[in-house]
This record gives sequence, structure tokens and C-alpha cells, in this order.
Amino acid sequence: MRAMIQLHRQFWFWPLLLIAGLWLALLALPPLAGVKAVYLDTDKLIFLLVSGVLLLAGYIRSREHLRGPWRHIFRQRRAMIALVVLLFFIVCGLLDSVHFRKPLPSQGVTQQRYSVKVLSLLDILLDDMRRNVEKTYSAPLATHLFAKETVTLENGDVERRYVRLKYGGRDLTDPASQKWPNIRDLATRGVVVGAIIWLVLSAGLTAIFARHQRQPVAVMAKRVYRGDTDIPWRSIYLSLLLMLILLAVLLTLSTEYHVLGTDKVGQDVLYQSIKSIRTGLVIGTLTTLVMLPFAIVLGVMAGYFRSWVDDVIQYLYTTLSSIPGVLLIAAAILSIQVYIANHPALFETALDRADLRLLALCVILGITSWTTLCRLLRGETLKLREMEYIQAATALGVGQFTILGRHVLPNVMHIVLIIVVLDFSSLVLAEAVLSYIGVGVDPSTLSWGNMINGARLELARDPVVWWSLVAAFCLMFSLVLAANLFADAVRDAFDPRLREQG
Amino acid sequence: MFAYIIRRVLYAIPILIGVNLLTFALFFVVNSPEDMARMHLGEKRVTEQAIEKWKQNRGYDKPLLYNVQAEGVQVLTDTIFFTKSVRLFVLDFGSADDGRNIGQDILQRMWPSLAIAIPVFIVGLLVNITFALLLAFFRATYIDIWGVIGCVILMSISTLFYIIGGQYLIGKTLQLVPISGYDFGLNSFKFLVLPVLVGIIGGIGAGTRWYRTIFLEEINRDYVRTARAKGLSELRVLFRHVLKNAMIPILTGAVVVIPLLFMGSLLTESFFAIPGLGAYTIEAIQAQDFAIVRAMVFLGSVMYIVGLVLTDISYTLVDPRIRLN
Repeated sequence: MRAMIQLHRQFWFWPLLLIAGLWLALLALPPLAGVKAVYLDTDKLIFLLVSGVLLLAGYIRSREHLRGPWRHIFRQRRAMIALVVLLFFIVCGLLDSVHFRKPLPSQGVTQQRYSVKVLSLLDILLDDMRRNVEKTYSAPLATHLFAKETVTLENGDVERRYVRLKYGGRDLTDPASQKWPNIRDLATRGVVVGAIIWLVLSAGLTAIFARHQRQPVAVMAKRVYRGDTDIPWRSIYLSLLLMLILLAVLLTLSTEYHVLGTDKVGQDVLYQSIKSIRTGLVIGTLTTLVMLPFAIVLGVMAGYFRSWVDDVIQYLYTTLSSIPGVLLIAAAILSIQVYIANHPALFETALDRADLRLLALCVILGITSWTTLCRLLRGETLKLREMEYIQAATALGVGQFTILGRHVLPNVMHIVLIIVVLDFSSLVLAEAVLSYIGVGVDPSTLSWGNMINGARLELARDPVVWWSLVAAFCLMFSLVLAANLFADAVRDAFDPRLREQG
Repeated sequence: MFAYIIRRVLYAIPILIGVNLLTFALFFVVNSPEDMARMHLGEKRVTEQAIEKWKQNRGYDKPLLYNVQAEGVQVLTDTIFFTKSVRLFVLDFGSADDGRNIGQDILQRMWPSLAIAIPVFIVGLLVNITFALLLAFFRATYIDIWGVIGCVILMSISTLFYIIGGQYLIGKTLQLVPISGYDFGLNSFKFLVLPVLVGIIGGIGAGTRWYRTIFLEEINRDYVRTARAKGLSELRVLFRHVLKNAMIPILTGAVVVIPLLFMGSLLTESFFAIPGLGAYTIEAIQAQDFAIVRAMVFLGSVMYIVGLVLTDISYTLVDPRIRLN
């Protein structure tokens, strides 16, 4: 009975509860909402990753010596601002990973049928943007198409002129005079909405902390305002405010305009660049998930067992790393393309196919990028195995694998963490380059690389169609910059002496 | 020394064999030549004859590893593995899909690649070291802090942005140099300025930060403290002592890259339409010309291994503390 009461004190209790709730929601909510859930391979892996991270967070919270470095990170202003920005990207990516198919209106048939189009929760939130497809290019916030078109007037005359957009500023009777006041009104509304959400959020958070630290809310609020807290809450709240206002303004404006214009086939560029977030995150995170087991097991084994095990593993990673990365990826993706082209029956929808290619890309990127981590782990293990506590364990007759698991592995984990966060940003950047070369994600997958690739040729036009490029670059830049800043803080906290690339 | 070099070269051979086997597996075992032919000729409704002809033209109609029909040594030599993979060791790359000799093409196309890669490498190294020294001189001041943040910002920008932005700003708006293209001889200068500039700027962020950590590591050593205690000025300490000692990791780190220079840069060359090896590779990837990709994979790993060997040798040359065993 005592043990039962103590259950909630176990480190895994709250994380497991959260994970169970998450999985239950993923499994049970779609049928309740009347849609057919679609679990792509990458979706499953993402939620597996989220569960793992939650468990890990619970574990770290419960161990004082593990909490130290994290506390150090949480006290750095730059890292926390980066984290706030990252959180927005992560939420977008997670919302975009819950896929389902909407039911078709039943026509008296007994069996319910579902639309072939796979949507995600994010699509529902951005429904306007997704549906409001224009004919072709239009500039940001435009009310007319970008290029003149030949129109047949009612009296039969033919004229070339800028055609009004179907959706951009559709309620305006006289766009020339009404557009900017209208945009100003919408933006103001956005600012107000954003500020209100922020107020509720920050008030709630402050109240929680006040309770946590057993202080009156007013005192806590004043401390936050003065910047008199361990964790730089003032900066966090400020960046949160900025992000929320930006988001709210973008969303309110996009109800009536294409904030970042439309692309060649008239799709909203803002929608495309937001949908691309998931692709970037998947490549940045799943690649590491794929490579981690190999790198850790092989690296630690090479360093610990030495002799022929070390030789074999060293040979393996020297061989792999001697092949230029891009070429190995290209060769592998070409092979996969051949495979996909020759086995069309394996895939139910086009999305399945695109998803397999995305996953394949992650696996291949993982294969090319595990060598650095493996080398570092081997070196560290070589150092560790000569330490007295490990020699003591050996002398006491502890089994080799127990030593590896209990004494070596926990002491190399900081290297794993540092490399994982450092790799993330370079992987996001690599996606764009690979997609440009034509060995990246499937052309039908929305990604920043594909957006850049599609818009590149339009730079030769006069006047220039710049918005697709700028949108893709800006979002990619903010994600990578935030990730880089956060990674720097992680590196400094866990191992200030580890050099950037081994 | 000589024996050491020989040993290093011998050590490289099993790695090259591994690379060879790996590429062979990727190109011929994962997908049979049949699959490749099908994809090239269009997936559906291909006649058997067309596939056979495609395979015959490229020499893919042989057995993979073991030819039962042949006699003598030909049991092993008259196979895809021997003709396509083993021949790479003697730098016989075979011919591309359009019938051109790949070896010839590579010899021709390496010069434009080098014309860009060498200036980018040398000037880039100098620029990065200069900036890094500057940051190290002003270490722990606001200049240093903001310099590092600037490096992180530069690192966070995609290479594609540097290239496209450079083309747009300098080539199109200011019209200082042609946007893309190439010419041989002295005329090539105006075509090379922009790619080289873009290459250098693109590398500043990561390079400066990396060298800065090397300098800072040296600056905290005892001999530097001794030098300061002698009463040397900070500048003298930095140039005479720190720079000299930091050159060991910097140079050996740079040596690895030198052989790879001639593989060219995939992105730069393809954006600026420079007929180098990088563009060659990209064209092959996009046309799905497996023979060229295979050749470049092999060549790339040879160059990487040459770089490793050179690094080891240069270590022993610049750092007398390292013994040859």
C-alpha cells in the first residue's frame, strides 16, 4: 500500500501518464471525430521520439547531478529565447504530424468512405490558406495577379490587364484606396489578439511559479518584471509576446490576403513555408534517431574492447566517411528511386510514397553522419576504461556488459547530446541543398529546399518574383539560428572543452 | 619516413576495397541492371529486347560475380563486378551513358574546378585566420561576443542563399560581372570573381569560429603566460607564439581538404554554370547516369584517403614531437 502511494514520486510516473494520454488521444480521438486516422511511418517515429524525450526529461528531473547542466542552460538568456522560437516550430511540426482522412458525404452506401486527400491538424488550422488557391503568381498582400493577362470583356473586346485575385482582398470594392486601411485594421486586430493570448499565458505561468515557490503572485510578477529571477523569465515573456503577436498578425492577415503572396500554381506561400517546417524537423531529428543506436553501440564497443573489435569498427567508419557524403546520399537515393519506381504496388497513396522517401533520406543521412559521433565516443571510452572506478569494477568481477551499461554509457551521454543538437541545424540546411540537387525529399513533399528550387528560376524574371525564396530562407534561417544558439548553450553547459567537430 | 609512408598507403588499400564493394552493392545488388534499364526506358511497357539492348550497350549483360559460361580466368573477369568495379582501381572509369570516356571528361573538367577551389581555399584560410586572430585579441569583450554571434548568424544562412543572393545583387542588380558562365584562359577571370567571393563569404562563419577556439586553446597554455611574463606585448605574443603554435592544428586540418578541392563544389559550379567536376557530378545525378556517379564516388574516396595520408605525413613534418610509429 505504501508503495502504491509512493508511485507518483517515481520519475517515470508523470511522463508515462503524459505519454499514455498522448497515445490514447491519437488512437481514440480520430474515430470520435469521425475521421480516419492515417499514421505515416514518420509520424509514428516522431511520436516515439516525443515519448522518449518526455521519459528522459522525467529521468533528468529526478537526478540532481543531471539537472545541474540543464539549470545552467535555463539561466542563459540567449538559449531561452532560442528555445521559445524552437518551441513554436516544434508545435507546428507536431500539429502537422497528426494525419487523417476526412469522410466523404455518404450516398446511402452502408460503408463509410473517406477522402483520398490526407490532411493534418495544421491543415485544419490553416484551412483558409490551404484552400484559397489563386490562378498563378501574386505578390505579398496583393489584390491583383502579378502579371497582366488577356481578358475578354463583356462587350467582346480583348484587353490586357491585371486581373483581380479571387481571394486576396476579396471584400474590397475599391482595392486601391481601401487596401492599406484594411490591412492596418486587420494587423491591429492581430496585435490585440496576440497580446491577449500572451497576457493569459504569462499570467497563468507566473501564477504557477508563484505557487511553486510559495510566494504571492504579485511579488512573483514584480520579480519577473525587474528581471530578478534565476531563469530569465522577462526575456522569455518578451520573446513569447513577439512571437505570439507575429503569429496572430500573420494569421489574421491571411484570412483576407496572401501575406507572402502565391506561387506559380497559385498556392499560398506562407502556407507552404509553414508546412515545410515538419519536413525540416523530421530530417533534423529522425536522422539522429536512426543513427544513434549504431553510433553509440559501435563507438563504445570499439573503445572498450579494443583489439580486433576496434579494428573492424574503425575500418567500417573510415570506409564510410571516406565516401563524399553528398555522393553516397545521391547514390543511395538513386537506388531507392529505382526501387520505388519498380514497386508501385507497395504504396497506397502518393503521400505514402513521399513519406517512404523522406524516411529513406533520414536513414541515409544517418548512415553518412554517424561516423563523427562514433569516433568521438570511441575516444572517450578509451579514456574512461583506464579510469580507476572502471578498473575497480573489473577487479570486483562485474560483467563486461554491465560495466558498459552502468559505468561507461552514462559517462559518454553528454557527448551524444552535444552532437545531436549540433547536428540538427546542419541537417536542416543539408535538406535544402540535397533537394536542390534532386536527391532530397520527394518533389511533392513541401519543403524549403523544394520551395527554393522551384522559385530559383523565377529570379531571372523582371520584375522579380522574390517572395517564395525569401519566405523559405527566412523560416529556415530562424529555425537554424535558434537551433544553433541553443546548441551552443548545450555544448557550453555539458562540455565546454569539446571542440566543434572533433 | 619512407617506410612510414609506405605503411600508410598500404593501410589505405583495404579501405578502398571496402568503398568499392559498397558502391558495387549500392549500384548492382540493391537494384539489378534490369531495374535500372526499366527506369531509364520508362517504367511500363518496355520490351525485353529493349532492356537487353540497353544492358548490352553498357556492358551490364554479364553475370554479377561469377560467369559460368566463360573459361579460365574469364570466369571471374568477364563479370560486372570485374569490368565495372575492379577496373576502377586502375582508374579506368569506362564510358558514360552518352558514350563519352569518363576518364577524359574528368581530366578536362578538373581545371575549372581547381580555378575556383584553390582561390577559395587559400583566400578563405587567410580571411578566416585574420578574423579569428582579431576575435582572439579582443577575447571576452563585446567585440568578441558579438563576433561569435555574427559567426553563428553567418553559419545559419543556407549556402543556397549566399549563391542566389550574390548572383542577384552583384550579377543582376549591380551588373559588375556576368551572372554565370565560363571561359578558358585569362578571360575566365570575370566569371570566377563572383563564385570565389561567394565561396569565401559562405565559409567565414564556421571557419572563423573554429580557428578562434583553436587560438583560445593555445592562449591559455603555460608558454603563453611565460611569454607575457617576459614582458612581450600582446600583439607579439599573438603573432610570434600563439599563431605559430596554432598553425599545427590549422594546417593539418587544412591538408585533409586539399585533395578534395579538385572534386569541385557541387552547388557553386552548377549555379554559375562552370564546367567543372562538381557540375559534372550534378548533371550525372540528375540524368541518373550511374557510371559517372560510381566513378565520382570512387574518385572522391581516393582523394579523401590521400588527404588522410597527407595529414599524417604533415603532422610528422610540422610537429617534431610526433614519432613515426
